[in-house]
Amino acid sequence: MDLTILSTWIAAFLTLAILSFLYKDNPVYKFAEHLYVGVSAAYWMVYYYNNAIVPNLIDRLVRDHRWLYIIPGILGLLIFTRLIPRVVWLSRWALAFYIGMGVGVVIPATVQAMLVAQLRATLVPIWTGNVGASIVNILVVVGVLSVLVYFFFSREHKGALGGVARLGIYFLMISFGASFGYTVMARISLLIGRFQFLFYDWLHLR
Amino acid sequence: MRKTVPLTIVFASGIFMLAVFFVPHRRVQDTSQVLLEWDLVVWTCALFLSGLNLFIVNAKKVRRKERDWGYKVVLLVAFLTTLVTGLAWGVRAGTPFMFIYESMMRPLQATMFALLAFFISSAAYRAFRARTREAALLLAAGLIVMLGRIPIGDMIWHRIPVITDWIMSYPNMAAQRGILMGASLGAIATALRMLVGVERGYFGGEG
Repeated sequence: MDLTILSTWIAAFLTLAILSFLYKDNPVYKFAEHLYVGVSAAYWMVYYYNNAIVPNLIDRLVRDHRWLYIIPGILGLLIFTRLIPRVVWLSRWALAFYIGMGVGVVIPATVQAMLVAQLRATLVPIWTGNVGASIVNILVVVGVLSVLVYFFFSREHKGALGGVARLGIYFLMISFGASFGYTVMARISLLIGRFQFLFYDWLHLR
Repeated sequence: MRKTVPLTIVFASGIFMLAVFFVPHRRVQDTSQVLLEWDLVVWTCALFLSGLNLFIVNAKKVRRKERDWGYKVVLLVAFLTTLVTGLAWGVRAGTPFMFIYESMMRPLQATMFALLAFFISSAAYRAFRARTREAALLLAAGLIVMLGRIPIGDMIWHRIPVITDWIMSYPNMAAQRGILMGASLGAIATALRMLVGVERGYFGGEG
């Protein structure tokens, strides 16, 4: 049997197995669900073995003879002491390295990309000479400030502060609604993709 | 050894990576690249630990013949088969590993996410009752964006896609920007607390 045909049939069976959950939880769905967990866990392990361990550890040690790379190898092995209660504290050394690196990378990256860049994009002229563009700029500035006020919990949201915070909630609700709509449409397009696979690739109903 | 060493490692590696941002010297930049490679190795080992843990937990359930143990056998067989094929034959096109990816992982992943469309819609039906002004705004924005992304929206009124783009570009962006700024301030504060050893959650509650 041609492997492509076999692959299509397996994929079609698994697609229908997952969709069967729409009726109710059933053994076929559970089978597909557990298969998915097993396959995806191993997939990402193999993926990172090939893309992280081989080039950044094995090649460095075996091919390039850079013996300093024994350190990440040891730190990596220390992670597995998590499974041995008597020496579990050793895993903290590896975690500490990972966390320290993360902290050092996150602080400047966050300040630069999320704080300064967003602030710069918000600090726009209120009056641009064009009514439409000015209204949009005012809307963005008011929106950002009111949302920030809503997240300011050091004072009770009463009076003027409460009014601005309420405006922030309205902006947040519009944003959540828009994000929701966007997510639903993304999921629907995935669903259309699955039905296209079933009708076109599997059943050849073209 | 149990507390001082990890706190020192966090502080030293964190301060060095912070300094890298301000020191463009080639040797400092090269060292930071080496450390980032080490970091990826440690992260990947943590991922391997989670895979190993998944195997151990489910193997125990099979051995004790706990409820639904038959499905755990499916999980373990799928896990081991994918792992062995990936390590033995590699990940190039045409290998058994890629066959498993194409015929199992890809359709399962796409259908799982597609399934969420139904559950999000049914959750929305319950949550989106326009009882308050806030809920009405949420409902209106959601409906307009959904209609704006499909041809029928344009057929109902040709301005719906334009309004959708306007909502996404201005009120939505303003709120997202506010959320991003708030989240970034929180992330920076937490990172600083970790750097100086105030936040020790990674000790597993023994710090």
